[in-house]
Amino acid sequence: MRRQLPTSPWLFAAPGMLIIGVFILYPFVSTLVNAFTDRRTLIPGEFVGLANFRELVQDDMFWIGLRNSTLYVLGVVPALVILPLLLALLVQKNIPGITFFRSAFYTPVVASIVVVGLIWVWLLDERGLVNALLEAIGVGRVGFLSDQWLLLLSAMAVTVWKGLGYYMIIYLAALANVPRELHEAAAVDGAGAIRRFRTVTVPAVRSTMVLVGALSSVAAFKVFSEVYLMAGPTGGPAGEDTTLVMLVQRTGTGLTGRVGYASAISVVVFVVTVALMLLVLRADRREES
Amino acid sequence: MSLLEKARTAASKPPAAAREPRVTDEHGRHVRVWELTLRYLLLLAVLALTVGPFLWQLSTSLKGPTEDIFSSPPKFLPGEPTLHNYERVADTIPVWDYALNSLKVATANVVTNCVGAALAGYALARLRYRGRRAATLAFILAMLVPVEGIIIAQFTTMRELGLNNTLVGVVLPGSISALNVLLMRNAFLNLPYEIEEAAYVDGANVWQRFLRIALPSVKGTVAVVAIFAFMGAWDDFLWPLIVLSDPSKFTLTIGLNYLHGTFANDERLVAAGTIIAVAPLIALFACLQRYFFRGVGEGAVKG
Repeated sequence: MRRQLPTSPWLFAAPGMLIIGVFILYPFVSTLVNAFTDRRTLIPGEFVGLANFRELVQDDMFWIGLRNSTLYVLGVVPALVILPLLLALLVQKNIPGITFFRSAFYTPVVASIVVVGLIWVWLLDERGLVNALLEAIGVGRVGFLSDQWLLLLSAMAVTVWKGLGYYMIIYLAALANVPRELHEAAAVDGAGAIRRFRTVTVPAVRSTMVLVGALSSVAAFKVFSEVYLMAGPTGGPAGEDTTLVMLVQRTGTGLTGRVGYASAISVVVFVVTVALMLLVLRADRREES
Repeated sequence: MSLLEKARTAASKPPAAAREPRVTDEHGRHVRVWELTLRYLLLLAVLALTVGPFLWQLSTSLKGPTEDIFSSPPKFLPGEPTLHNYERVADTIPVWDYALNSLKVATANVVTNCVGAALAGYALARLRYRGRRAATLAFILAMLVPVEGIIIAQFTTMRELGLNNTLVGVVLPGSISALNVLLMRNAFLNLPYEIEEAAYVDGANVWQRFLRIALPSVKGTVAVVAIFAFMGAWDDFLWPLIVLSDPSKFTLTIGLNYLHGTFANDERLVAAGTIIAVAPLIALFACLQRYFFRGVGEGAVKG
């Protein structure tokens, strides 16, 4: 294919290269650089070595953020690896009306996280539907949005609720590839439903489970919107529900934003994100061997 | 890239649609009645859990000022449905301007992503030039950068360009996403080369081959890119929250956040606002489900 103007390949690629260069790769590099400066929104700043990281270690809010983002991964990922798989098994059979159910279960994925967050803020309100139901059955009202830990737990539940349909579709595609002979052979051998799930289904979709684990753990560690909306911009009682990305947003923006310090927190986010990916993929390899 | 490949192989087999309404399991055997009943009961329970919250929000938005929305046991249907709350939202915040801003941002995002990703994807897949491998690598790296970690630097870049607090600034960082470029690249790579070769022999130049032959063959992927670009821009929260400070430029999600922050105790009002924000996307989803599902597998890496 030589009949192309020598410049045309670059004309094709140029818009994309320009956008990712200016708005993704350059900001990435400048985040790494800024992390070692005391740059502020309106002040260029100077090189300060590891000062930001030294301050980070002593910053209680940083540890709170790291704790909450880590708890988020631990709470959300197991649920998002297992529940959508069960859901996929539930909607796998082609029974009448099943396409309707599949679509309906996907609706939360389509909605904006802001809409989802606000719907649940109202549902979990002191006087909201969930508490009205709990009271009606005699449990009494629960302060889902006023207690530091219940807030975090509620936000996790919302993340899981919104993600169910998405991962369900991924699992459905994987389940379609499971050879039916395996199930039949296991059934002939007298294996019950639970046994077949453990010995046939799980091994067959294991690589998909790893994929879901990797995707959901990275997303969970970077959680922002759910907690921001449910706990408020300051992160709940005494800021105890602040996540790392919330801390980045809070310290780095505005006219007095500490760009350098926020970048140092971002570097921690990068490092943990990469570590999580490697961890999941490595766990995958170890199990394989 | 193994993740992308896994996701792609998952996507190549779309979830089996119900082609035959027979009541059989996936092995073609009949399903027992009690098992079927149990299945439907579970399906209905999950349905209540996933769609119920939206309906409760809709119901709340339709309840008038005199109706008790806090009753226990709860009242699921509004006694006298009214659109009063929707009028009040429009009186409280310029919600239709916000919707228009969201529409502008989402439409621009669709156009730039479809055009930019198709062009760049074609260059990566089909054109020979020095630096192609490096260009591909740059897009892969860009796809792996966690956006949440670079928002502050993106914001300072926007300030340097004088584009903070503009809708252009909202669109630009995601206007040609690396993921979409790589999706288009893979789509072009999967096309048989012979047709383009024949066109080349017939004297078609690179633009003609791109526009007349390659692009029409990857319409499905373009549709997926378009839908996810629209949804992504319409639903986005963190970036517009950071880049927009002037309330007259807000998009719907930021406007809703403002509404919630200022009128948190007016649940009917907030409910009406959320329904305005979510209704267009649910309508879009209802019409174009196929592409939404197809996009999940292809875009799984986006996480």
